[in-house]
Amino acid sequence: MYNIGVIGDYDSIYGFQALGLSVFPVKSASEGEQVLKHLAESNYAVVYITEKFAVQMTKVIDKYREALTPAIILIPGVSGNTGEGVLGVKKSVEQAVGSDILFSNN
Amino acid sequence: MANKVTNPTRMELTRLKKKLVTATRGHKLLKDKRDELMRQFLDLARENMELRLKVEEGIKAANTNFVIAKAGMSEQALNAAMMAPKQEVSLEMSTKNIMSVDIPQFDFKQKTADENDIYSYGFAFTTGDLDDAVHSLSEVFTDMLKLAEIEKACQLMAAEIERTRRRVNALEYVIIPETQEGIRYITMKLDENERSTQVRLMKVKDMMLEEKYHYSERN
Repeated sequence: MYNIGVIGDYDSIYGFQALGLSVFPVKSASEGEQVLKHLAESNYAVVYITEKFAVQMTKVIDKYREALTPAIILIPGVSGNTGEGVLGVKKSVEQAVGSDILFSNN
Repeated sequence: MANKVTNPTRMELTRLKKKLVTATRGHKLLKDKRDELMRQFLDLARENMELRLKVEEGIKAANTNFVIAKAGMSEQALNAAMMAPKQEVSLEMSTKNIMSVDIPQFDFKQKTADENDIYSYGFAFTTGDLDDAVHSLSEVFTDMLKLAEIEKACQLMAAEIERTRRRVNALEYVIIPETQEGIRYITMKLDENERSTQVRLMKVKDMMLEEKYHYSERN
């Protein structure tokens, strides 16, 4: 049995609480890193992180990229979309193919 | 490439020949694996992008609703409303094997079946905007979970493709040519040895005959 966690600033993520997800409001990226490490070691299979914090946490996030769990998914926060999530998909394509042949024109 | 020291022996030659066969076969198999992985990956990546755009759009809409909801209520009231969620979600995870890559499959379970349990508050002190906001978020949730599944699969497959590609290249451009070079070197060396033995024997034979019959003195 696994859980789903959400990390981000409180305003962006408090709604997920109502859906029954575990919400972890953080104020800084370093705090977020600690929470993420903790979640990865416990029973969390999916962790959603707001893009704003994720940008500053790439080092830790990349560490879990090739592990089966947790699946770390970036979501836009309340302050808007930074495009970091889309960039992550492009990064996968680039890693696999060598260059981004699918989404290079949009 | 022949800077590696190879013993020019028949045993080494047999070993290298066996190695070449294995390497060629491995190269072919890995190339096939890479191609098939790539085919599946490209489909998955396209789906991933589509789903991500959809989810981002949904979350963006939900966020707007939450901002509106927050504007209409005091922060304390909002915090109190969200304090004790009724609904709880847990995940079941199984793995699916695509070309030797284990990818996760998520199946979520809600604690209560009642879909109105996402509204974890009394309606007296909250605005209708909050209901809308929570509802819009719950609508996008299934897609979010699907996105998690697909995006993770994409990441895992991308890593596997990269590894396979490196292996294919290493076999194609390093191992196989090196082995072929080794085989060529040993064959040449063995042939050369054989020729020198032959010449030596002929020479010795000449010398022995000369000793016995003294051909050169007769002429």
